[in-house]
This record gives sequence, structure tokens and C-alpha cells, in this order.
Amino acid sequence: MNVLLGIEGSDESVRALEATLERTLEADDELTVAVVEKSTAERSVAETRALATDRLETAGIDATVTTLEGDPGSALVDFAERESFDMVVIGGGTQSPMGKIRLGPITEFVLLNAPATVKLVR
Amino acid sequence: MVRRRTRVYPDDPSGPFPAPPATITDREGRPIEIRPLADGDREPLVDLYVRFDPVDRAQGIPPTGEERIRTWLEPILADGKNVVACHDGAVVGHATLVPDVEDPAAVDDPREVAWELAIFVLQAYQRAGIGTRLLEHLLGHAGEQGIDRVWLTVERWNAPAIALYERVGFEVCGAESFEQEMSIRLE
Repeated sequence: MNVLLGIEGSDESVRALEATLERTLEADDELTVAVVEKSTAERSVAETRALATDRLETAGIDATVTTLEGDPGSALVDFAERESFDMVVIGGGTQSPMGKIRLGPITEFVLLNAPATVKLVR
Repeated sequence: MVRRRTRVYPDDPSGPFPAPPATITDREGRPIEIRPLADGDREPLVDLYVRFDPVDRAQGIPPTGEERIRTWLEPILADGKNVVACHDGAVVGHATLVPDVEDPAAVDDPREVAWELAIFVLQAYQRAGIGTRLLEHLLGHAGEQGIDRVWLTVERWNAPAIALYERVGFEVCGAESFEQEMSIRLE
């Protein structure tokens, strides 16, 4: 399967990266990692990119890492459309102090607009 | 992980709200006692959530299964402000405020932090006006404790809940996604 993993600098994205690396090895998927910018994230685009490259290398996975400019949700969906991916993977879901699960606007945009199956790693 | 966000609150405070305890008569004619959570309420409260119909869960809470319910209630009972609605010796409704802060023990002044609100009413007691009264008394209880900023999230297709929150003074704030964020400032 031809998989696109979209990440920004949040901890949810790092979890999605880790889960996807594991799955890529199991399923022998083709993987592309797209780094998008989210201003409130814990890590910058450069840091996120370096982290992804490092984890891919450690896992022994040969994947393209690219950076997408502009609105994160729409950039991911456009890219997925252009390159005809079979699946888009994103991380999402934070917990409020009360324990309520919350999905953010980027997650919602990708779930509703992606041209392919979307996997949400929680 | 827990994500904290900056949030906008209404300029004008709402209230005053009635403080518990109070005994009300619901639309079914049942006497309902509304009061702050007391020692000995823990088990009846667990029982409320064990009996709670999962069809009314929202955003993953309340969890199902007694074990998960107990774990979820732990910080709510330890650090939260809690008001319950009781009928016939059972807890039939629960409204709670939880401090939006990393270390609740370090909070000296409740005004330093914002508080997240949640409210649950057992199915057999819904649509009887208990939720509104329970909510008002929780906000009255909060005001007495010096709490001035309260927020919540609600699934944005849940129009009856949004209408209820707006009636007591909550205003929509924050970006819209699956959940709508709302906030209120107390007197």
C-alpha cells in the first residue's frame, strides 16, 4: 500500500510516526512522510523533520520526507490527491483535564476532505 | 496528553447563581435534593456511572466498566468541585468542575486557573429540568469558592446541550471542530 503520513510537531504526531513505522515494516508499505506546520505544536518543522528522518533511519525504512507549506490540513489533502496515495495517516486526539477526547480542526479537515482512507492514530 | 489552550471569556460576568443545598421538584413531581458532594457519596456516584447508558457518552466520557469509571473519577473527586442531584437515596445527577492545571495541589487561589465543566444526568431523570437546576447550583457553588472562569466542550451537533449552556450564560468561544468550546465568567 502507498501510504502518506502527515505530521506536525505535536506529541500526537510523534505517536502516529511510531505506529506507522511499525506498520510499514509489518505490511511492507511504501511510505511518504509529509511535515506540515502547526504554530501551536511542541516542535518546529525543522525539528520534526529531523526527528522523522532519524526514526526512519533507525527503523531501516527508505521513505521520502517532504515539507508542505501552507494550511496544514489543506496542504495534506492536496498532496494526497496529487500523488494518489491509498491511505493518509494522521495523529490526533488530545484529552481535556476532564478526560474528554478532543479532535482538532486539522484532524477534522483531513477526515472529511481526504480523497483516500484516513487512519487516525490516537 | 493534556493540551491547554488560551481561551476567550465573555466580558460580562453571569449570575448570581443559587448555591446548594436545595430541594427542587422536577417536572415528574419527584423531590430532588441538590447538594455538594459529601463523604459517603463515592459509591453512589460510581453506581450512577455504572448505570449510565453508554448511548449518552460524549467525547469518550463517562468511560464504561466499573474499573475505568473509578480511575476516571479519582482526580475529579480529589481536585474537582462536585455537586450531585439525589433522589430516593441514589445519586441521579452529577455536575463537576476540574481545574485546568498541571498540578492541582499547587493552586492556592481558584481564580488562578480555569475550570472545565461536565454534567451527567441518569437517563430516567433526563428531560425533567434537573440538568438546568444542577448546572445553576454548580455555578453557584463555584462562585462561593471564588471560581470565576469556567469552560466546557460539547459535541457541536448536540443542540439541546448548547441551548442549555447558552441559557445560563455560556458563550461560544474558540475554533469550531467536532466539539464546540464554550465559556462563562462568573460574578
